[in-house]
Amino acid sequence: MTALLDVRDLQVEFRTREGVAKAVNGVSYDVAAGETLAVLGESGSGKSVTAQAVMGILDSPPGFVTGGEVVFQGEDLLKLGREARRKVRGERMAMIFQDALSSLNPVLTVGFQLGEMFRVHRGASRAEAKARSIELMERVRIPAARERVNDYPHQFSGGMRQRIMIAMALALGPELIIADEPTTALDVTVQAQVMDLLAELREETGMGLILITHDLGVVADVADKIAVMYAGRIMETAPVHDLYKAPAHPYTRGLLDSIPRLDQKGQELSAIRGTPPSLLAIPPGCPFNPRCPRAQDVCRTDRPPLYEVTDDAGRPLAGRGSACHFWKDQLHDRP
Amino acid sequence: MTSPEVTEAPPGAPGGEAILEVRDLVKHFPLTQGIVFRRQIGAVQAVDGVSFDLRRGETLGIVGESGCGKSTIAKMLVNLERPTAGRIRFKGEDISRLSGRALRAVRRNIQMVFQDPYTSLNPRMTVGDIVGEPYDVHPEVAPKGSRRGRVQELLDVVGLNPEHINRYPHQFSGGQRQRIGIARGLALRPEIIVADEPVSALDVSVQAQVVNLLERLQNEFHLSYIFIAHDLSVVRHISDRVGVMYLGRIVESGTDEAIYEHATHPYTQALLSAVPVPDPEARETRERILLSGDVPSPANPPSGCRFRTRCWKAQPVCAEKDPALDVPPWFREAKGAVAHPSACHFAAEWEDEPGPGRPEAAVGPGAGR
Repeated sequence: MTALLDVRDLQVEFRTREGVAKAVNGVSYDVAAGETLAVLGESGSGKSVTAQAVMGILDSPPGFVTGGEVVFQGEDLLKLGREARRKVRGERMAMIFQDALSSLNPVLTVGFQLGEMFRVHRGASRAEAKARSIELMERVRIPAARERVNDYPHQFSGGMRQRIMIAMALALGPELIIADEPTTALDVTVQAQVMDLLAELREETGMGLILITHDLGVVADVADKIAVMYAGRIMETAPVHDLYKAPAHPYTRGLLDSIPRLDQKGQELSAIRGTPPSLLAIPPGCPFNPRCPRAQDVCRTDRPPLYEVTDDAGRPLAGRGSACHFWKDQLHDRP
Repeated sequence: MTSPEVTEAPPGAPGGEAILEVRDLVKHFPLTQGIVFRRQIGAVQAVDGVSFDLRRGETLGIVGESGCGKSTIAKMLVNLERPTAGRIRFKGEDISRLSGRALRAVRRNIQMVFQDPYTSLNPRMTVGDIVGEPYDVHPEVAPKGSRRGRVQELLDVVGLNPEHINRYPHQFSGGQRQRIGIARGLALRPEIIVADEPVSALDVSVQAQVVNLLERLQNEFHLSYIFIAHDLSVVRHISDRVGVMYLGRIVESGTDEAIYEHATHPYTQALLSAVPVPDPEARETRERILLSGDVPSPANPPSGCRFRTRCWKAQPVCAEKDPALDVPPWFREAKGAVAHPSACHFAAEWEDEPGPGRPEAAVGPGAGR
């Protein structure tokens, strides 16, 4: 599979009054058509900033892309002019945000906001745009779409609003959708409905999907492959089954271990000690070293590159990488 | 409505004595119309007849989705909201009707930890002032001279550096801020702590730390917890007993084993099946119950069973007769965890259900719609 999107060594920083916050420090990942990549990380890991840089919606200033490439269908988006970039956005790649209520305009009807896509990008007439809006709402399974097309966002429930966001992203038939915590604000029963819808639409259209989330459960449910981020770097990349079975980075291991399990009832949870670093003062060497149970002197001085993870015979394991000096020990769970 | 309390102590449960008894608790928020002449046109039935017991030293988990009334219960327990009806008895005394000095004395014993550590701490107060503020209301707990020392002790207990007593909340991370909130809750040495979503706003790697802290404090200070959350796996980890809420009522209650392994209420089954499992191997095999539609408005709840509008088992009787929260008669003789209160006319374990009555159970992602 050739990559639909190939992000190479992306660097983003925020120039603030307190100093330069290095939010993204050399991130690389790729997605093929029809594939779901989950970008997993905690708050401040740079997962959303990376996505914003890919979409070209980074607040600038204070945010600046200072290096790297975003290659989309063979073309480096960072080299495009403003107008050309705007054409890509919405038309060829689209984004779904976490908070549907604040992403929709409260004083315009849902139908108007959906129809805007067709009027602006396709020059459709008002009647035509409305008809297309109803079609879209039906496609994301909003009941009684014809009656509800003239309703305002506040008249919809949280799950329905998120469906409208999805409809808006789908409107122009993009090849790539970036979903930034699409179900975090929703209840579990509604979350299941929305994730199912997304998975199904992806299958139907064959588009690529980047799912940004902190939820290890959601990732296990829908992702094909995973990139784990921490302090603006990729810590580990792996196909979904491999990552859960045998993580090759102590941070991933720590995340998996901190989920309460049945057999741990009444015992202490194994927590990762400490807290994520401030982006204004990322520790030298491996950014995870102050919290890492495996940390040695080398981890405090040398920044680990994303090593290729291999099996015992030295054959590379497809899609696997780990930014840990001791990935071999972690992979085999050796002390 | 009749709803017997959450009973049947798990074998080996801490203490038998109920420290807090809640009976038929109701909270309706009036909906009014008009500016000069405000007429009441209805009520949001946030909590509508909830009963449970909390025993000394145990943790009672309350789970449910947004709008089910779980936070309203928390507020009534610490007397931030007055119940519309019902009783809350602390050590036998009804505290929901108290006022003035008597109320203050009781409040000392029931403290709260809030969800959002970013908004529940005053940004213009130092940590010392925040944690020590309860002593201004209850000076009998700590005489003026000893307060600073007390606060530093508390900071140490929750795992913060006692030397940081003069810092402000913004100088701490989310997890540390939640520790400050917990220290404030402990200041008056309460017997009960009501924790409303105490770890929901925290990062995954920090959540486990705070859960461990809460468990350690419980053993150290013999606390009883009401632990309210929507994260079912965290609730299971920390709770001795669990109550599942839907639209203002407890629909099922029992030991963690009863709820998680032998749920008999369809809503509990749907809720449990919807939780994403952090195991990709389970993707192809696990069954999921996809509920249709959304939770009805609590201002206009369905007649009879409140879950019937989304329930695949609903029969005419469900619209007419409100099912009581009780051990279903057909399970009374049953041994083990299946015999626990479940407010459903057709309570049954998922595995035991006849084929045709089942919903379009999905196997694998997106399979069953």
